Amino acid sequence: MPKIGTQTWSFSNVFLQSTGTAVGPDEANGPLSSTFDKVYDELHCGEENWELAERKLMEDAIDFCLKKGAMQPYGVDFFLAGDLLNQIVTANYVARGNKIPFLGLFGACSTSMESVALGASLIEGGFADNILAAVSSHNATAERQFRYPTEYGGQKPGTATYTVTGAGAALLGRQSSGIQITASTIGKVFDWGIKDPFDMGSAMAPAAADTISAHFKDTNSSPDDFDLIVTGDLSAVGSPIVKDMLLEKGYDVRDVHNDCGLMIFNSDQPVFSGGSGCACSAVVTYGHLMEELIKGNLNKIFVVATGALLSPVMIQQKESIPTIAHGVVFESTGGKM
Amino acid sequence: MNKQINDKNEYKNNVKSYQPKPPYLANCLKAFIVGGFICAIGQVISNFYIYFFNFTEQTAGNPTVATLILFAALLTGMGVYDKIGQFAGAGSAVPVTGFANSITSAALEHKSEGVVLGIATNLFKLAGAVIVFGVVAAYIVGMVRLLFEKLL
Repeated sequence: MPKIGTQTWSFSNVFLQSTGTAVGPDEANGPLSSTFDKVYDELHCGEENWELAERKLMEDAIDFCLKKGAMQPYGVDFFLAGDLLNQIVTANYVARGNKIPFLGLFGACSTSMESVALGASLIEGGFADNILAAVSSHNATAERQFRYPTEYGGQKPGTATYTVTGAGAALLGRQSSGIQITASTIGKVFDWGIKDPFDMGSAMAPAAADTISAHFKDTNSSPDDFDLIVTGDLSAVGSPIVKDMLLEKGYDVRDVHNDCGLMIFNSDQPVFSGGSGCACSAVVTYGHLMEELIKGNLNKIFVVATGALLSPVMIQQKESIPTIAHGVVFESTGGKM
Repeated sequence: MNKQINDKNEYKNNVKSYQPKPPYLANCLKAFIVGGFICAIGQVISNFYIYFFNFTEQTAGNPTVATLILFAALLTGMGVYDKIGQFAGAGSAVPVTGFANSITSAALEHKSEGVVLGIATNLFKLAGAVIVFGVVAAYIVGMVRLLFEKLL
């Protein structure tokens, strides 16, 4: 049975066929620059406005992904995508263009692994032969939607994160490849009372800790079974919290944990406590981490995309921030992509 | 390590030790210096108008404020003012330049939605509160003053 434990799916014949990534200038100046397929040297990506720029990024990521997977859009069974904007406009308009049967998803920054988990379950269950999963985020569209106008000179605290400009796409299928998707754990929504939208690391840590410990319990595994357990965008604030939370629950992940938000930027870049956004976990996973799996530097990784289900209206109504985390296990099969 | 970090009820307090402390003293100092510097520039502009044009100390205020607003709007458009704001905090937010920045940044942001529904509708998105409270405060103070003048 593919469902194991309380909230985990196990997959036996889902493989990653190809990935594609596109990023903006700040990500290109980061340490993972060489692992991205397409790099823009300015935030507009040659488009008229920020929303079009984000759409361009997602289209680029998908183009690269399909090209590398030698796949045409009409050959893809279903397209699962989402982003951070209201009505997930980026995903909707990209789907308008590619004409692949489409399911729009919103899980804030956890959408990256939500789309992979759902895609893998559709393939495992026989409801699709291949799935295209994509997410995007853009610093300027996120600033406008969740915070202030881009050029507004308000001071942000050190706990703030910096939305990653980029998009990632992954093509999943049954055909054996270098990377197998073996399990995913679906998270519960957690809200431990953090109300500060400039401190999403603290808000999301309980959700991440719960998804990670649930995965260990469901699959009867321990941190030693993984080469890397990577969270999406807990940043420099949330990462130590999640490590301590798991330690208290009896799981020592200190040696194997890292955070995509900390990996994507150099420490001297002005990004506050680290990167965030759907694209943060997506471009790091689909670029750098997949390369490491193919090279054999990593064998088994657990990617836990964390999402703050933040709404500016709810925050103004004095509500706290609900958060969620979804995890997917990627394993190297020793083959080529 | 904090004790019982998994305690939901105490979570908000327990995570404080993980969060970087805002450097209050340094922030105050930066705000003081940058805010003072903006005011000094204002003084230079004011003196300029008095010295070269036919303005007095009383009448030079309006062109001085207009000039500062122009500079702030230009710096916002060039993408500099938000960086000054991150450094200076209240130092660049409180002077009239901060007000100009909030209006210009909103206009830039909503340009893509058109002149009427985009720029015009959203122009006072951030600054609107300042205007509302300014008008309300002026009204209340005016009424109180009128009351005292009539009574005394």
